[in-house]
Amino acid sequence: MTSASPADARGRTPRRRDSRRGDSIFFNLSRGAGVLLLVVMAAIAGFLTYRSALALGKNEGNFLTTFEWTPDAAKPVFGIAVLTFGTLVSALIAMIIAVPIAVGIALFISHYAPRRIAQPFAYLVDLLAAVPSIVYGLWGVLFLVPHMGGLTSWMDQYLGWTYIFSQSSSGVPPRNLFTVGILLAIMVLPIITAVTREVFRQVPRMHEEAALALGATRWEMIRTAVLPFGRPGIISASMLGLGRALGETIAVATVLSTNSKLTLHLLDPGGGTFAENIALKFNEAQPLGRDALMASGLVLFVITLLVNGAARVIIARRKEYSGAAA
Amino acid sequence: MAKRIDVSGLSAYYGSTRAIEDISMTIEPRSVTAFIGPSGCGKSTFLRTLNRMHEVIPGARVEGKVMLDDENLYGANVDPVAVRRSVGMVFQRPNPFPTMSIYDNVVAGLKLAGVKKKSVLDGVVEKSLQGANLWNEVKDRLNKPGAGLSGGQQQRLCIARAIAVEPEVLLMDEPCSALDPISTLAIEDLIGELKSQFTIVIVTHNMQQAARVSDRTAFFNLAGVGQPGKLIELDDTQRIFSNPSVQATEDYISGRFG
Repeated sequence: MTSASPADARGRTPRRRDSRRGDSIFFNLSRGAGVLLLVVMAAIAGFLTYRSALALGKNEGNFLTTFEWTPDAAKPVFGIAVLTFGTLVSALIAMIIAVPIAVGIALFISHYAPRRIAQPFAYLVDLLAAVPSIVYGLWGVLFLVPHMGGLTSWMDQYLGWTYIFSQSSSGVPPRNLFTVGILLAIMVLPIITAVTREVFRQVPRMHEEAALALGATRWEMIRTAVLPFGRPGIISASMLGLGRALGETIAVATVLSTNSKLTLHLLDPGGGTFAENIALKFNEAQPLGRDALMASGLVLFVITLLVNGAARVIIARRKEYSGAAA
Repeated sequence: MAKRIDVSGLSAYYGSTRAIEDISMTIEPRSVTAFIGPSGCGKSTFLRTLNRMHEVIPGARVEGKVMLDDENLYGANVDPVAVRRSVGMVFQRPNPFPTMSIYDNVVAGLKLAGVKKKSVLDGVVEKSLQGANLWNEVKDRLNKPGAGLSGGQQQRLCIARAIAVEPEVLLMDEPCSALDPISTLAIEDLIGELKSQFTIVIVTHNMQQAARVSDRTAFFNLAGVGQPGKLIELDDTQRIFSNPSVQATEDYISGRFG
């Protein structure tokens, strides 16, 4: 180790200035990136709010409760009731199906499969994420829809008492919210699987060994050490998946029938989502129609923010148990 | 409680690499046996064969026999999960479950065994934490996360967790190597108290520690890098540290190598 003091004694300037300049360049770059993100977010929010305000001022119906979407009629009426319901319900169905399966696949890859199977298998799942959504949409309408009949009539017969799974009309192609939910589940599966798999892999070996040494079977070890440790990761991964499900456009638009009536019968054709509605109507919309679509976009923006905020709160509430301190 | 361990002809492998070769020894009940030796000599590997934790590493396997009183731990019908319930283990780095409270950490093993009754669990928590000399420090915050304790307290929490299931044998793999001297002293005192109930085996790099806590000491060594570790000798601790029968032991203890 050489000491800096002899150089100082000979009156040389220490080389600290350069490193400080490097520091300040890096500091400003990273701060700039952070500020840029805020500016972009604010710009999107501001733009959407401004255009929404224009449209909402001319709306003759109640924006929140109206079913119709006819902003370009002589008497403009449009509301987000159908869209909110369709978006939330299809995303919810997708999450209910996808999250348990994704966690299962992630556990299989990280803790059960032999390494030479796990690696290609993980790659295969990642590949699912690379399929363009229009391909999912086409697969949905050409394969899934024609093959859903058996399942939907089974559900109608045995789960019809739940009201939401009763079919009012049979024999119609099931281009409904339930089918969309299943399609979305397949689409969000890879991202949830990939993130949870990485989280499960990061569970410290010593926690797994602690459980095993107490006499835990492999499943008990996963329940005591892996799942609790991975919980924040599972929530974060689900939020990423949910974000995609809420915003998915083209696949939903391809599968869903264009009659956008609001129905609580999830197996009946119809319904709509924010993104699907915008994609279908934007091209033919008049200026007011476009602003109205912006307003619906703003609602989707806010819903996404709320959902993410809620997830943050859930994760933060158990922060001291997160294992970050260990 | 507290059973005799009788090992004969035991070798352990990682894949095709033999880590320890042909080890035979008897470990007396209600005593502390220390394993010493240079790094890589296989003492931790050997320790992990005593509760079948060695085989959780992919590709690892064991040959030979470990008798716990009259039961062979490597017998054909023996469930490794059951073995680990009767042979507890404390690890090198304190590893309380980070997602659990102090209370839940202590009862984790019991819950795995299916004990659910609150009154039973409460009793075990107090008894185990008393046994680990931790009760007075944590009795007012049993529902706080275990990871919030200091390193020494975490290690005593791990000891409480291990003794809560009332094992026959307690294995300790360098339990003080991540702790400061005061916490180390607390653990050493604890080991002295626990040996009245359990058969204790401790791996340590600290020869003073071996001399302080153990009744018997086993010295392990390896012929060279890549060679399997072997048991050189096992004798009363006092003899090992004053007048060992093998030259290599004396060289190691007096600091001439290792």
